[in-house]
Amino acid sequence: MTRTALALALFAGPLWQSKGRFVLSLAAIALGVALGFAVQLVNQSAINEFTQAVQTLSGSADLQIVGPRAGFDEREYARIARLPEVAVASPVVEVDARVIGRRESLRVLGLDVFRAGLVQPDLVATDAADSLDTLRPDTIFLSPAAAEWLGVATGDRLRLQVALGETTFRVAGIVRGGQGRVAFADIAGVQAAFDRLGRLSRIDLRVRPGVDVGALRSRLAAELPAGVQVERPEANVERGASISRSYRVNLNVLALVALFTGGLLVFSTQALAIVRRRAQLALLRTLGVTRRALVATLLGEGLLVGAIGAALGLAAGYALAQAIVHVTGLDLGAGHFRGVEPSLVLDPAAAGLFFVLGVAVALVGSFFPALDAARAAPAAALKSGDEQRAFERLTPVWPGLAVFVAGAIGTALPPVAGLPLFGYVSIALLLIGAIMLMPRAAVVFFGLLRMPRAAGLRLAVAQLRGAPGQSMLSLATIVAAVSLLVSMAIMVASFRASLGTWLDHVLPADVYLRTTGAGDSGFLTPEDQANIARVPGVRRADFVRAQNVLLAGDRPPAALLARSVDPSDPGRLLPLVGASIVPGPGAPPPVWVTEAMADVYGFTLGRVVEIPIGGRLERFTVAGVWRDYVRSQGAVLMERDRYIALTGDRNANDAALWLAPGVDAGAVKDALRDAVPGGENLDVADPGEIRSRSLQAFDRTFAVTYALELVALVIGLTGLSSSFGALVLARRREFGMLRHVGMTRGQIGTMLAAEGMLVSALGLLVGLALGFLISLILIHVVNRQSFHWTMDLAVPWMPLVIFSAAMLAAASLTALFSARQAMTDDAARAVKDDW
Amino acid sequence: MLSIRGLAKSYAGPRSRTVLSGIDLELAPGEYVAVMGESGIGKSTLLNLVAGLDRPDAGSVALDGTELTTLNDDALTRVRRTRMGFVFQAFHVLPYLTVAQNVALPLLLVGAAAPAADARVTAMLAAVGLADRAASRPRELSGGELQRVAIARALVHAPRLVLADEPTGNLDPDSATQVLELLRREVKRGDAAGILVTHSHAAARTTDRVLVLTASGLRPA
Repeated sequence: MTRTALALALFAGPLWQSKGRFVLSLAAIALGVALGFAVQLVNQSAINEFTQAVQTLSGSADLQIVGPRAGFDEREYARIARLPEVAVASPVVEVDARVIGRRESLRVLGLDVFRAGLVQPDLVATDAADSLDTLRPDTIFLSPAAAEWLGVATGDRLRLQVALGETTFRVAGIVRGGQGRVAFADIAGVQAAFDRLGRLSRIDLRVRPGVDVGALRSRLAAELPAGVQVERPEANVERGASISRSYRVNLNVLALVALFTGGLLVFSTQALAIVRRRAQLALLRTLGVTRRALVATLLGEGLLVGAIGAALGLAAGYALAQAIVHVTGLDLGAGHFRGVEPSLVLDPAAAGLFFVLGVAVALVGSFFPALDAARAAPAAALKSGDEQRAFERLTPVWPGLAVFVAGAIGTALPPVAGLPLFGYVSIALLLIGAIMLMPRAAVVFFGLLRMPRAAGLRLAVAQLRGAPGQSMLSLATIVAAVSLLVSMAIMVASFRASLGTWLDHVLPADVYLRTTGAGDSGFLTPEDQANIARVPGVRRADFVRAQNVLLAGDRPPAALLARSVDPSDPGRLLPLVGASIVPGPGAPPPVWVTEAMADVYGFTLGRVVEIPIGGRLERFTVAGVWRDYVRSQGAVLMERDRYIALTGDRNANDAALWLAPGVDAGAVKDALRDAVPGGENLDVADPGEIRSRSLQAFDRTFAVTYALELVALVIGLTGLSSSFGALVLARRREFGMLRHVGMTRGQIGTMLAAEGMLVSALGLLVGLALGFLISLILIHVVNRQSFHWTMDLAVPWMPLVIFSAAMLAAASLTALFSARQAMTDDAARAVKDDW
Repeated sequence: MLSIRGLAKSYAGPRSRTVLSGIDLELAPGEYVAVMGESGIGKSTLLNLVAGLDRPDAGSVALDGTELTTLNDDALTRVRRTRMGFVFQAFHVLPYLTVAQNVALPLLLVGAAAPAADARVTAMLAAVGLADRAASRPRELSGGELQRVAIARALVHAPRLVLADEPTGNLDPDSATQVLELLRREVKRGDAAGILVTHSHAAARTTDRVLVLTASGLRPA
């Protein structure tokens, strides 16, 4: 027998003895790592695909001149192309064109093939049979992904919406270098086809060798018209990624909830295992194992659980990510990466990170029980029955309180790089603090109970009163899972209710129409608008023009909406948060901005701001802040007449129609399609339909979060089962004694069921209370800092009551099922056994 | 070899009580003493203080000239590891190790080389009559056999001091007799000193000297 063999036996022996719990801890870590890794892989692959697509489109450009959706004057190109610092200037017109017969849009890039060939050569390397096709106004080239998605091949026709009409292109070839779902055509053809004559979306610049790019950028920035930015191509990537960053980070955090709950399971499993092994560990201390060596051994067990669990989790996570991409796409159904081709890329760095995370969580979960074991007095622990004493000990209240208070303080801290990191940390601290305070909560809760008469129930209450530490170990995972699920349920219910109220406010008309549900190629000409207003039954038509404005180079564009607004009563149209003002005489005219504009750009009530419109910086007064759940990047609403005066743009995108009394909305919807040329391309709906579609989209978005929360709940229930079973095993001698003095199996069963129900009730109460607190953080901190919108608290009482009842039943049954073993053991042997 | 002077221990709490007061004891090498006394008088507490598993409120405990009361926990642990052996009433044999592995545990902790350790374990098992049970698991052994394993473990590393706390408390009379004889023989053979805490007069008679622990201290029986 070698020393190594003995040391191995000493290490592995306890693990083998409790292999069920060892496997359970493994599974919890594996599940947590799998979920986190899967979500991270999907998010990272989406960003990588997006980045590659953007980089391909940017080619070798050193700088990009970017304008709003409406574009900028193409005369800028002529001026910039002639600059001595510029080697090549490649003009681009970019249109998000709705595909006729589909609800999605296709990104169409109009390129000057000669210039683009020097800056983005991958985009002009085609398999065109006739090279002149790259110059024809009616031909189009597709990326491989676009061709596959559309189901078209070279020679086929592709119909795209323009205004309410359509334009047809002949597919002339496939651009092998094109990334994502994108199409390329001659720039003049695109300008003509999509009514962009004289306008450009972008100019890609390659500078001459030796030119100071930074200095050129600064100079161009000073010379360009208002609302046109000059930036490095990387900024485009950053801007695009930032649109979805909050959503992706929130998903990552949610996925990590499962890992967090898994860590708590490891904690409670380790803690209970150490209680059971109390005498063995005391023997080792007596024989000469130092505290440090004992802690190292116990941490080694945690390390083993973490390493094996994390490895399994990575494999499972990759498989899960594949399944997710197959079902929902790379954006997990949220629609942030339309046009990005779903293909998963295994990222070794992410795999390494989640492996380390899994190991770390298991180690942290094992650390405090290990420390506790090392601190235990060996002399007392060697005595039979000392396990109970381990639960009797009440730890000081201040560490748990301190952690709880730290969590509360964290909610007041600002976002970090636009992310509510302190909010997340606060939630974790509140959870940990609450779990640390569970023994105290148990003392109070069980102390309030009246002592029942029946023997089984009486013993149950006495046991729970005398062993507050037992509650913490039993309930750590269930409190975490319940509170997180309850908080999400309250947040989602509040969000849904607020969304419903918001929809009721912003949809006061009888019929709504929009020119395209996807993309920006559809619009209503003044003639279309007149035709719509003349449709029989239409009493009033309110048209909206939707554009965007670039206010900062490192941020996505904000929406610019132009519609009729009564400045003296904007609240009739807009769901204002707070008061509104009417600018005084001589003050700049009013605009009404969303909460995101106030948070991100500082557009607060009463402030005079400058907004680039029509190539000039115009001054406005912020006359009100309104709530908007559609445009998380921010929106500015201005009076349509003023917009037309500044830009000359009389087109519109959407319309709200009020009907005459007694007019059938269905008949008007049919008439719209007939009376307006191109009316079949109108998306017409009544408020009920829009409301229903919006709420369905909302539910779809949160389906993933519900799935993640349910996983955490399963881990929580499993943790409760495991903990309760371990506790019962630790008390076998007690049950043996009770059987000796005459308690029936049934009475012991009642006792255990009562203990399970009471402990579960405590866990549920704490989980509900904590869940409510965390929901407030989710609503007022995480959501606000992530997406810049507010919502009103709405607690879903009935679902919570039903959930509580179901949880109590499930937890009690779980506890009783796990305790059955105590009723099958031979009582005499249990009393005799040393261990 | 073991020198105890003025040892005292009290336990604080709602009902604080003085367990030991003014305890003096001198133990020479090879001397084997019994400590008797009524239940709750502090016999096990005395053993715990000698073993360094608890701290006295006053007094000194010196083993081979080393003052134990001034050592920190790690140092006390190392003293236990190298110079003490323990036999408990509840045996405390690790259920997931074989008999041989249990006996070898102290040798693992002191870092003994494998060949020498193996030889020592074999010899100890033979001495306690369990040579043919080396590969058995504890659950396969009777109470008496388990206690013999514990004795072998307590002596395998040739400790200077053996502490036995009610080693026959869980045994039938025949097994108890065998275990007591074995314990005395092996303590003497190793020229160690031994303290046997017991309620049993029969057990006490197997020692060289019997002391009685009372509220006023330790006195000869």
